[in-house]
Amino acid sequence: MIVMSNVYKKYPNGITAINGLDVKIDQGEFVYVVGPSGAGKSTFIKMIYREEMPTKGTVKVGEFDLANMKLSKIPFLRRHVGVVFQDFKLLPKMTVYENIAYAMQVVGKNPKQIQKRVLEVLDLVGLKHKVKMFPNELSGGEQQRVAIARAIANMPRVLIADEPTGNLDPETAWGIMDLLEEINNQGTTIIMATHNSDIVNSVRHRVLAVENGRIARDQEQGEYGYEH
Amino acid sequence: MNIKTMWRHIKESFKSIKRNGWMSIAAVSAVAVTLLLVGSFIAILMNANKLATDIEEDVSVRVYIDLAAEEEDRIQLEEDLAALDEVESIGFSSRAEELDNVIGSYGDEFGLFEGDDNPLYDVFVLNTTSPELTADVANQAEDMNYVAGVNYGGATADRLFYIMDTVRNVGAIIIIALIFTAVFLIANTIRITIFSRSTEIEIMKLVGATNWFIRWPFLIEGALIGFIGALIPVGIISYVYLRGFDTIMRYLSGTYFALLPPQPFLYYIIALLLGIGVVIGSLGSSLSIRRFLKV
Repeated sequence: MIVMSNVYKKYPNGITAINGLDVKIDQGEFVYVVGPSGAGKSTFIKMIYREEMPTKGTVKVGEFDLANMKLSKIPFLRRHVGVVFQDFKLLPKMTVYENIAYAMQVVGKNPKQIQKRVLEVLDLVGLKHKVKMFPNELSGGEQQRVAIARAIANMPRVLIADEPTGNLDPETAWGIMDLLEEINNQGTTIIMATHNSDIVNSVRHRVLAVENGRIARDQEQGEYGYEH
Repeated sequence: MNIKTMWRHIKESFKSIKRNGWMSIAAVSAVAVTLLLVGSFIAILMNANKLATDIEEDVSVRVYIDLAAEEEDRIQLEEDLAALDEVESIGFSSRAEELDNVIGSYGDEFGLFEGDDNPLYDVFVLNTTSPELTADVANQAEDMNYVAGVNYGGATADRLFYIMDTVRNVGAIIIIALIFTAVFLIANTIRITIFSRSTEIEIMKLVGATNWFIRWPFLIEGALIGFIGALIPVGIISYVYLRGFDTIMRYLSGTYFALLPPQPFLYYIIALLLGIGVVIGSLGSSLSIRRFLKV
C-alpha cells in the first residue's frame, strides 16, 4: 500500500530531515509513528500526502508514484488519503455539515449522496445533533471528531493522523482512539504520529520509531519509546 | 465542468460574501469610493474635452471679397472655395450685415459709416471639416482671385488649438492614471480579503480540491464585490449628471457650447464602471489566490 525506499529529504535551509528511510505499510494496518521532535516524524507523515516531496528515493501510495507526480494529480491522491491534524483544520466559516460536505463536493458527489454520507459519518463520530453548528461552537474533542468524519467521508484507503490527541484531555483522547480503532476495523489503514505513550502502550499496534531521519525501530505490537 | 458544479460555486460565493460580513462590506466600499472618483473625473474631463471641441469648431475663416469683384466674380470665388476639400460650409455676410455686427458689438458711433461710407468688405465665412485645417484653408483662399484678405484669428487661433490639445492630453493622462489607480486599489482590497483566508484555502487543498474548484468561488466572489461596488457610483453619477446636465444646459442655451447628452454618454460610463468592477474584482481575486494555490 505505502512503500518508501531509500528516501531522502533535504530542506532548502540545509537540514536533512529524512536520511535514507525504508518502510512498507500494508492495507488495513494500524501504525504508530513515534520519535522525538525534529526526528523527521512530521516530514515522514507529510510525504505520504505529498505536502512534502522527497529529494531522493521513491514514495508510492497505492498506484500513485509521489516522487514523479504532476502537481495537477495531487488533489486526486489526497482523495485517497484522509488527514487529521492536531489543530483540526476545520473551515471556520462553514458549519459542521458543510465542512464534511465540502470534502465530498470536491470529489463531485451529488447532494443526495453527500447528505446520506455526511449524516452517516456524523453518526459514527457521535455528533449528529451538532450538524448546524460552527467549529468555534464546539469543544476540542468535538472538533477533532468532525475532522475525522471529514477525513473518512470519501472512504479513503489511508487515514493519517498527525498527533490527533495532542490538544485534547486524556479522556477525550481515549474517545478519539476508540473512533480510530473502529475506522481501522472497517479496513482503513491508519498511520498515527503521537507522543502519547499511554495510548501506544495500551492499544498495541505496530510502532515505527523515527530517529535521525530513519526508522530506528519497527516492531509489531511495540511499546512507546525511543533512545534519545 | 457541468452546470451543477457551476451553480454550486455561485451559491458558495454568495454564502461566502454573507459570512465574511464586514470584510465584504469593506471591499465593496473601497471599490465604490474608487470608482466614484474615476467616474466623476471621466464625466468632467470628457465634457471639458467636448467644450474644447466646441470652441475649436467655433473658429472660422473669413474671406474678404475685393470691392472690385462683380456678381459673377463673387459666384466664381464661392465655387472655388466650395471646391476645397477641407471646407465644410460657406456662409455669406454682406458689408451691410458686417457693419451691423460692428455697431452691435462696439456701439452706435460706427453708424456714421452706413451706406456708401461703409469701409468693410463682403465676407465669405468658411467652416473647415476639422479645426486644425483652418490655417491651411486660409492660405489657399488667400491666393484666389478677388480676395482682398483672409482672417482666421491667426496666432490667437493657433494658441487656442494648442491649449485645447493640452487640455485633452492632460485629461487623457489623468483618466488613464485614475483607471490604473482604481485597478490597483480594487485588486489590493480584494487581495487583503483573500489573505485573511489563506488557511481556508490550505484546508481546501488538503481535502483534495483541485485548484479550479477552489478558484471559482473566489473568482465569482471577486466579480460580485466589484459589481456591487460599482452599482453605488453608477447610481450617484447617473443622478448627479442628469440633474447637472439640465441645470448647466440652461446656462449654455443660445451658445455653440453643449455638454455631452446623457444618452449615450451615461451608458458608456455605466458600462465602463461596471466593467472595471467586475473584471478587476475577478482578476484581482484569482491573481491573489494564485500564491496560495502553489504547493
